[in-house]
This record gives sequence, structure tokens and C-alpha cells, in this order.
Amino acid sequence: MSAQVPQKSVLGRRLLLGAPLAVLALVGGGWALMLRRMAGGNFDPHSLPSQLIGKKVPDFSLPGLDGGVAMTGAELQNPGRPMLVNFFASWCVPCLEDAPMLNKLAKNGLPIWGITYKDKQADTQRFLSQNGNPYARIAVDQPGRVAIDWGVYGVPETYLIDAAGLVHWRFAGALTQRVVDEDLTPLLRRIGA
Amino acid sequence: MKRLRLAAGLLTLLLQVAPAFAVSDPSELLSNPAMEARAEAIGSHLRCLVCQNESIEASDAGLARDIRAIIRQQVVAGRTDKQITAYMVQRYGSFILLEPPFEPLTVLLWGSPVIALLLGAMIALLAFRRQRREAATIAPAPLSPAEKARLEALLRS
Repeated sequence: MSAQVPQKSVLGRRLLLGAPLAVLALVGGGWALMLRRMAGGNFDPHSLPSQLIGKKVPDFSLPGLDGGVAMTGAELQNPGRPMLVNFFASWCVPCLEDAPMLNKLAKNGLPIWGITYKDKQADTQRFLSQNGNPYARIAVDQPGRVAIDWGVYGVPETYLIDAAGLVHWRFAGALTQRVVDEDLTPLLRRIGA
Repeated sequence: MKRLRLAAGLLTLLLQVAPAFAVSDPSELLSNPAMEARAEAIGSHLRCLVCQNESIEASDAGLARDIRAIIRQQVVAGRTDKQITAYMVQRYGSFILLEPPFEPLTVLLWGSPVIALLLGAMIALLAFRRQRREAATIAPAPLSPAEKARLEALLRS
């Protein structure tokens, strides 16, 4: 009795051998891309999508730093030109890393408004004198409630707002050159800065 | 018997341990126990956005403390559980829900058991059909003359 097991074609066998290798190469490639983006700051596996994207800035009213001009949501709901809003604090270490890039962006003519998160005003002033002040306006969110309305879950966070007050982009963490080059600059070009 | 009773005692003790809440400051708690229980129930279904694997009730992060306070304010103000949860989702997205809702982004997540079941059924069906086809095509080899003679002898006897 001789069993006639149907033989697989040579091509079929090759495909069967190659499939795991192809899957491995695909996963490896994806992994490498992820690591590259993580190193450049474009990708953070813990980062959350902002619920404000495509929406107007929420209503709020906050006092200015050291008795400066108060800041309201209404001003940011129709700023007339694209700008950044940056939540920061003197006690936050990534904010130190964030400062040089913000200074550079401000020097290049991009308006940046700052909102301090749970910070003492004297500490904010010291932070600004040590690390430069890129902010056109600074408001104080001592209780951190306005930050919650924005969906802030850590500092620093940077929001890109267009001329009509729509939020286009939120970045959590210190801005890097690569994030500015690959994410922020193309967006700014698109919304017409 | 003694051992069994000890084990049972230990088990009941374990079961009675209340879930650990991180509310470190008693002034955070509402004086009305029913309202406090409601607030805790809402908070324990919300994810802490800083630590990401703890609930708002279990986390000691500053943001979690603030959100706990907001939940309690809203409970006192008479808002429903649904309204309070919606308030949080509006700000932080459905990521804040520890139990993800069924929505386009989570179709794969919720659908994976069904997909796995269908895939398994397909593999089983294919294997079964192949087996049947092979059984049909592999005909037994014809009997040799000696075997034929023996078969005839057996049938005759």
C-alpha cells in the first residue's frame, strides 16, 4: 500500500519559507522607523491625541503674570495669524529643554503665548530671566483648571492655532529641531504663516 | 481541617481588603458617604493620564488629584455619572476610559476574539476538507494474486 501524498509545488514551498521572513522584515522595518521617530521626538508611545484638534480654543480667562494683561479664550479664538500657545512651568525639567527652541521660533517671528501651570510667579520670573522669554504674553494658571479644559496632561505642551483660532497641532514634551522641521514647519506653511 | 479553616480565613481576609485608593488627604473626601462612593466609582473607571495604567482614584499624580476634585464638585452639583464621564472624555478623549468603548478605533480590539474564532474555524474547515479529499483520492493499492487467492479461500470457508 503506497500513500500518494500530493506534492506541493516548488513555488508553494518557497512561498511558505519566505512568508515568515517577509513578516520579520516588515516588523523589523516598522520597529526601526518607530525607534528613529522616538529618538527624534516625533513619536512618543505615551503621547495622547488632543481632543482640541480641529476645534476652537476653549473659553477661559486667566490673570497675567505679575499683574500683566489678562488672557482670554476670546483673544485666541480669533488671533488673526497663526501662533503657538505653550503651557510651561519653572519646576518642569523638559521645559528647560523646550526653552531654546521656543526662543528660536519667537526670534523667527512666530508669536508664542505662554500659560504657566501651577507655578509660583517669582519662580516663573527667575525661569524666564535664566532661560530667555519667548512669550509675547504670559498668563498664570495656578489651580491648573484651564489646563484641564485644554486637555493638558503634562508640561510642556505646545498648541498650534491658526488665524481663526482653530487648533491644528498639539505637541507634548520639549520641541526638538526634528519635530519643528518635520511637523511644525510644514503645518505652518500649510495654514499660511 | 485546621489547615482548611486557616486557608478559608486567609481567603476571606484577602477578599475583604478594600481596593487601595490613593486619596492621601482626608479633606479630599466628601462628607456624604453616598456621594463619595459615587465619586469613587466614577474615578475608578477613569485612567490617570500621567501614569496611564492607574485609575484617577488610585493615582497620586497632581493631575489625578485635580480631576478627583472636579469629579467631587460635579457630584455635589448634582450632575449624573454619564455627564461627568462625558466631561472628561470631551477633554481627554476615550483614552481616559479604562474600559474602551466600541468605536471605529477599537473595532479591531473588540473584534479580535471574533476574528480569531473565524480564522480558527476556517483553518479547521480547510484541514477537514483536505483530509477528506485525500482520503478519497488515495485509493488502496490493488490486491496481489496471493492476496486475492487468500481472500477467496477465506470467503469460501
